[in-house]
Amino acid sequence: MAITQINRIDAVFDKLEKENRTALMPYLMAGYPDVETSLELLVAVAKAGADLIEFGVPYSDPLADGPTIQAAGEVALANNVNTGTVFELVRRARESVDTPVVVMTYYNTIYRYGLERFAQKAAESGVDGVIAPDLPPEEAGPWAEAASKFGIATVMLVAPTSTDKRIERISELSNGFVYCVSLTGVTGARANLPSNLTDFIYRVRALTDKPLAVGFGISEPEQAKEVSGIADGVIIGSALVGLIGKAGGGCVEAARAYMSRIREAIDT
Amino acid sequence: MQRLLPDERGHFDEFGGQFVPETLMTALEELVEAYEKYRDDPTFQDELAFYQREYISRPTRLYFAKKLTEHYGRAKIYLKREDLCHTGSHKLNNTIGQALLARRMGKKRIIAETGAGQHGVASATAAALFGLECQVYMGEEDTQRQSLNVFRMNLLGSDVIPVTSGTKTLKDAMNEAIRDWVTNVETTYYLLGSVGGPHPYPMMVRDFQTVIGRETKEQIERAEGRAPDFIIACVGGGSNAMGIFYPFIGTETKLIGVEPAGHGLESGQHGAPLSRGAKGILHGSLSYLLQDEYGQVLPAHSISAGLDYPGVGPEHSYLKDNALAEYVSVTDDEALEAFKLLSQTEGILPALESSHAVAYIDKMIASTTKDDIIVVNLSGRGDKDVQVVAAALGVNL
Repeated sequence: MAITQINRIDAVFDKLEKENRTALMPYLMAGYPDVETSLELLVAVAKAGADLIEFGVPYSDPLADGPTIQAAGEVALANNVNTGTVFELVRRARESVDTPVVVMTYYNTIYRYGLERFAQKAAESGVDGVIAPDLPPEEAGPWAEAASKFGIATVMLVAPTSTDKRIERISELSNGFVYCVSLTGVTGARANLPSNLTDFIYRVRALTDKPLAVGFGISEPEQAKEVSGIADGVIIGSALVGLIGKAGGGCVEAARAYMSRIREAIDT
Repeated sequence: MQRLLPDERGHFDEFGGQFVPETLMTALEELVEAYEKYRDDPTFQDELAFYQREYISRPTRLYFAKKLTEHYGRAKIYLKREDLCHTGSHKLNNTIGQALLARRMGKKRIIAETGAGQHGVASATAAALFGLECQVYMGEEDTQRQSLNVFRMNLLGSDVIPVTSGTKTLKDAMNEAIRDWVTNVETTYYLLGSVGGPHPYPMMVRDFQTVIGRETKEQIERAEGRAPDFIIACVGGGSNAMGIFYPFIGTETKLIGVEPAGHGLESGQHGAPLSRGAKGILHGSLSYLLQDEYGQVLPAHSISAGLDYPGVGPEHSYLKDNALAEYVSVTDDEALEAFKLLSQTEGILPALESSHAVAYIDKMIASTTKDDIIVVNLSGRGDKDVQVVAAALGVNL
């Protein structure tokens, strides 16, 4: 087999583990609110202390997403954003940012682009990994093979409804970290963290040694702090995307300020 | 041979599968397990047979359309009268089957998606019969186009939830139903209406609809002493076609699926993924799909709301690629002509969906002789479509 490249994602989690810190992992929608601003946002959140950035590819049928990310995706599609645009944005961001970037995309965009072509383009653009929320391990084989050929990490998801057997298998297949979906539901900010979150994360922890990042429903600094006590990474998606939508022209500054607040909460 | 498909993970060769969020995978495993258990359970099958006979009114007739046959003067034309099922279409075959399964699985709440409202009404009917709570997702645009069906579902005790995301039609209603299922997976049964979606739905819905084909086989044998030369059925998601085709796959009978060509295949405004789509993933399975070069799903168009869907069940893609069935298309205008023709020759108003199948007779009949036999699956009745037909014909009601 080809030499396994030391991925930026692994390097970040190794470093954070040594420093006993939790990764801050914001999600942005490529091309939202417009193409150029989404690039500015990517650079801004990296500089505001993000350890890894999830960059969403807009999709016509985002069945794992709640209203906030759906709406952002519709705007991005109306801005004529396509798979090529997303790669180009990451390539440009790489001129000033070394933070790992994981592309979050529904599987049909990968399948249609061509598995190898997608993986190759991703690697050439400086993308480190891919998360496809509708690609369970049963169907992930062909993509994972193409991805590994080009050193792209395939990050897999586990959910509270996953059996132990599934969690073991998914964790084994997942590269970089395991994405723990905090709740049974779609993406979106929630007032409270699910009551059984700690039990769920402990259950996953007992089944794998890989870093665990928790996403879905986290919006407040206190929630982020609470999650940082049990997980290796905190993913903030809809809350950030929603704030960007509300802030209009001031969205880059608002995103930076929000990221700093979350950073501070999880570091103290 | 086809009995072996799908494989245990729901693949028809490369088609089908389970492309859904991990949250749903355990629920799908449970559903596969429950279905495997009950499909061979005589008590379950007896119960299903009881409701098919006493409630749906099966077997439906295989009617010799003498006047339509005389009109063309070629092959003998038979109509499989699924329009005579309770609620007016084949959809109840599936919803009764799945509702019985949901009840056995201990689920008290069902959700469904609907386009025109036929599957929604059939789901609401099954829910009323078995005392289940039912919520139906329907694109906002469809709730306006089919307001009568919304009221029918309400009368049956179901809630209709208008979907305002995306194109506000069937595909978005299905997205929203899946989002509900992801959220309420522990208590809710998703009653999917066609042979699409993740495994086991394409197999399970096919199995519940295969009663159409089994009856047809017996009835034509009785009437003619042999199998038909052609079976014609419309294909949106493809459940009525799959149901009537299935017992005839790999036999001498030629199977023809008719997709909606809308304003014409060249116009780009159609619902014909098998004729003009590319392989892709929508709603949990790999199949032919209307999409752009980046995999963004394109809106479909058909005068028939029930065929207005950019995807198609994965087994149809398998049948197409293996030349086990032929897929053709018929435009809105051709379907309207067929609607009028059948109404006037036989006194039967076909659903606009089924009108597509009827319309294809006109295109293929010249190649037949008086010795040939055609069976057309008349999947639903057209009463629900009279407003749409009136508007298309420029008649003010």
